[in-house]
Amino acid sequence: MASVLFRGIQTHPFLLYRSALFTTKKAVPYCRMECTQVQTATQDNPKSQTKISSTNPNKTLNKLMENYEAIIGIETHVQLSTLTKAFCNCPYNYGSQPNTSICPICMGLPGTLPVLNSKIIEFAVKVGLALNCNLSLNSKFDRKQYFYPDLPKGYQISQFDVPIASGGFIDLDLPVEFGGGHRRFGITRVHMEEDAGKLLHAGEGSYSQVDLNRAGVPLLEIVSEPDMRSGIEAAEYAAELQRLVRYLGVSNGNMQEGSLRCDVNVSVRPIGQSEFGTKVEVKNLNSFSSMNRAIDYEISRQVALHSQGQCDQIVQETRLWEEGAQRTVTMRKKEGLSDYRYFPEPDLPEVILSQEYVDNIRNSLPELPEKKRRRYEKMGLSMQDVLFLANDLNETYQVAAFFDATIGKDADVKLAANWIMGDIAAYMKNERVSVDEIKLTPEELAELISSIKGGTISGKIGKEILFELMSKGGTVKGLIEEKDLVQIVDPVEVEKMVDKVLSENPKQLQQYRGGKTKLQGFFAGQVMKASKGKANPALLNKILLEKLNDKS
Amino acid sequence: MLSAVQNPRFYLFKRRSPLHFYSSKALLSSQSVTGPEHHQCSASTSPPQSQILTIHKSLLSGQIKAVDVAEKYLSRLRRTNSLLQSFLHVSDSVLQQAEDVDSRIERGDDVGPLAGILVGVKDNICTLDMPSTAGSRILENYTPAFDATAVKRLKDGGAIIVGKTNMDEFGMGSTTEGSAFQVTTNPWDVSRVPGGSSGGSAAAVSARQCVVSLGSDTGGSVRQPASFCGVVGLKPTYGRVSRYGLMAYASSLDVIGCFGSSVADTAILLHAISGHDRLDATSSKQEVPDFRSQFDFSNLLESKPLKGLRVGVIRETLDDGVDGAVISSIRTAASHLEELGCSVTEVSMPSFSLGLPAYYILASSESSSNLSRYDGIRYGNPVVADELNSLYGDSRAKGFGSEVKMRILMGTYALSAGYYDAYYKRAQQVRTIIQKSFKKALDENDILISPAAPSAAYKIGEKKNDPLAMYAGDIMTVNVNLAGVPALVLPCGFVEGGPVGLPVGLQMIGAAFDEQKLLKIGHIFEQTLQGCSFLPPLVADDFAC
Repeated sequence: MASVLFRGIQTHPFLLYRSALFTTKKAVPYCRMECTQVQTATQDNPKSQTKISSTNPNKTLNKLMENYEAIIGIETHVQLSTLTKAFCNCPYNYGSQPNTSICPICMGLPGTLPVLNSKIIEFAVKVGLALNCNLSLNSKFDRKQYFYPDLPKGYQISQFDVPIASGGFIDLDLPVEFGGGHRRFGITRVHMEEDAGKLLHAGEGSYSQVDLNRAGVPLLEIVSEPDMRSGIEAAEYAAELQRLVRYLGVSNGNMQEGSLRCDVNVSVRPIGQSEFGTKVEVKNLNSFSSMNRAIDYEISRQVALHSQGQCDQIVQETRLWEEGAQRTVTMRKKEGLSDYRYFPEPDLPEVILSQEYVDNIRNSLPELPEKKRRRYEKMGLSMQDVLFLANDLNETYQVAAFFDATIGKDADVKLAANWIMGDIAAYMKNERVSVDEIKLTPEELAELISSIKGGTISGKIGKEILFELMSKGGTVKGLIEEKDLVQIVDPVEVEKMVDKVLSENPKQLQQYRGGKTKLQGFFAGQVMKASKGKANPALLNKILLEKLNDKS
Repeated sequence: MLSAVQNPRFYLFKRRSPLHFYSSKALLSSQSVTGPEHHQCSASTSPPQSQILTIHKSLLSGQIKAVDVAEKYLSRLRRTNSLLQSFLHVSDSVLQQAEDVDSRIERGDDVGPLAGILVGVKDNICTLDMPSTAGSRILENYTPAFDATAVKRLKDGGAIIVGKTNMDEFGMGSTTEGSAFQVTTNPWDVSRVPGGSSGGSAAAVSARQCVVSLGSDTGGSVRQPASFCGVVGLKPTYGRVSRYGLMAYASSLDVIGCFGSSVADTAILLHAISGHDRLDATSSKQEVPDFRSQFDFSNLLESKPLKGLRVGVIRETLDDGVDGAVISSIRTAASHLEELGCSVTEVSMPSFSLGLPAYYILASSESSSNLSRYDGIRYGNPVVADELNSLYGDSRAKGFGSEVKMRILMGTYALSAGYYDAYYKRAQQVRTIIQKSFKKALDENDILISPAAPSAAYKIGEKKNDPLAMYAGDIMTVNVNLAGVPALVLPCGFVEGGPVGLPVGLQMIGAAFDEQKLLKIGHIFEQTLQGCSFLPPLVADDFAC
């Protein structure tokens, strides 16, 4: 049976409070985004859905949730993978020794000045275009001022009132196992800014150390409209952003390294109410899966407070997701609005884009996930297949490229998808290799598919040589010739083999004719064995059946 | 009749000889274009000569050693510094560097145009091997890890950085009394301020403690002290000189400027530090003309060398609130320009008086941001504190002086939510109006002239407790920073005050990136101004023959 890699986003229904969450934890295998879960591919898998409903502990609570609507907006920080930092020539490599990738500029030493790395503009324009935004041909940088030890200048260079891109949207398809469906979420704005350093707190808490390696690393802040309504929608939004930045090559989008950081604002209101409820910010979301769970937890927490008439307990605050306890806890309450005293950054000239520059970037954009999904859908692939191929979470996105190359060689679309999602994906998973590390080329996969379709080899043989192609390489034609694997399609030859098997197994023949018709499989197997797997199965069965029933 | 100095006191100070501290022979040989009559002792004083060119030629011809030049300056520096307090730090490697220059010359190596030239550098300009504190306690003992681009370019040209000059803390002040470390005095009268904030650099050049010096000018901090100390001060166009390594006060206004005892020296210094710098995104890619090429020391008077140039006297700068003697100095200077062939007219710039409040809003706002980095965490003197906010608060409370704190508070207020539009934004609008009015006035005139300050140098302590009176003294200069255009201040006369009179500076304002024209006019003005010598009595004996 073919198996498929599924994305690891797990969901559970809106559940109230910790106890409920703990019980679900046993029922649903939790795994972080980087983990994958193997499920069958050939059946449209209703399993996870039934699992969800079966784990629902309390129907009345669930019903309660139906009276409320969650409003979710997300601020995402994407670390741009430029060779050097935003305003100086320091490289940035995640995990370097503290303070080894710093210079007077990113340390904010007196007298230093920022000089913009122009690659950031290019990356921001790419993302802006990919998110269907309006670009500001004239934008500028501003200073956002606050004191914190990881912010060496006492201000962050950011963009305030004129972001480089605004007013866009992102399209995505929810996973089939979560009910599927197309979604479009609004993008409020995209702006460029610099990252701060990191504080390393001493174990006993008596002092902290400052690591400025990350200070000055370029970020894009992407702010969504409050369009999401559930944890899975929010997680899928973030996953789609990750795909997008990876497709565009502007970031590795790695959540664990902090290259993609999501701050989520969650509020809840009774359905029908037009004003928003008090919003709560949730931080420390290190995977899409934790994002999903943290949001659903937070929604259920707020709904519970609402339903108990304790709305006033929902206060504007920042809450931290505790992965271990599977809950959110108060990190800090917001004391009034902070005044960042923005003003235009006098050390940097305005950012002026020419239409030509923008058009050149637009024309160089790769095919984006949404477009790819729509193309695959038009080819007649099921949504399950579409999402597997286009939404593959590998950093390099070669699975879709492999598929495209295979069908580019006129391979049957559906068969190519099945092979890739089935045996090839399973092999990749078992061997822990990516699609560019297997020795099979798209050309040979196309050849293999047409050899089976054309009847040159059987599907079974095809599967056998597939593994050889993946592990050792070589060509389909070469292997067929070398191993003499061409399918036997001559009825006379097959008949000879059938006759031989029947004559060698008189006892079983007698039993068969005595009514034990299940033995047909036994005879088929014997014939296949005699043919070394090369007999055409359909032909074999046809002749075998004729012979078995002929003398009855 | 040529314009003479209106104050008869200058005669008290008339030098008997124009000769500098090195031999007359050296001077003669280096000034081949100058007629010999200029070097004879006479009743009138001779115009200032370029010390840089003189030293350079004498060094190359072997008539003098760089070590001797350095020793003369250093000994004068040591002799006068206790009185003037112009230097915060004096390099201990000056003589060694001078020896290097001598040995390079002996070997016949190429030496730069500034070889052996002693340059003073304002303390807010970063120097690799010397403390750079910007006159602030919060940076006490801080030594940068890099040279400012301007300093690097000077060193590349062979210059010797003699030391770091005193200044108002972070450039905030007009008297140099605002330094956290010492009060610099005016070489013309040590009971008076040298002006500020680059008071140390101005006093150092005035007292010939160094040949030339670098200052910075955010609202007049080069030009006003140049006027007070009787030296030439140049504020280049914003973007002409890289700000990299200049500790920011108000980034959109700050420029590094030059002091010299002659226009030619100032021009040579400017040429050395100008030009695009990839470390400063606001530095201009405008071509840097050779400012040095136009200096002619021959007798320029008879030929009406400035014929056809249009000079606009800014009416609003010769108005109420400006010292009468200063006004008459400037009028005399205007007629001198007329004698040189210029057509002089009055221009009115109604927006002129708006510059001062706009400047103080914008400069304070930017400074409140620029000074955020002084938090006691990475450098400076952190205090011991239990928690973060008191670490910040106490470090800054202890490290900043009262003027700096006041401007941080003003700037923070002006940028605060709800006030931004009324203050910062409005001030930016005023800035645009001022830029336009300068553009218009400079389209109609080649240069504009005004006093560099409403008065000559005043007494130490006189305005210390009256910040508004001190701020008002910046009225002549701040508009130029808001407009971003260049301006040259050169001494044009004296007014009464002090033992021998106090110098008055004439400000010439040019179009953006037209320093060339300013320097040319300034040079001709200076060379034809008769009967004035701007060598303060404190060191005049050094130059007596």
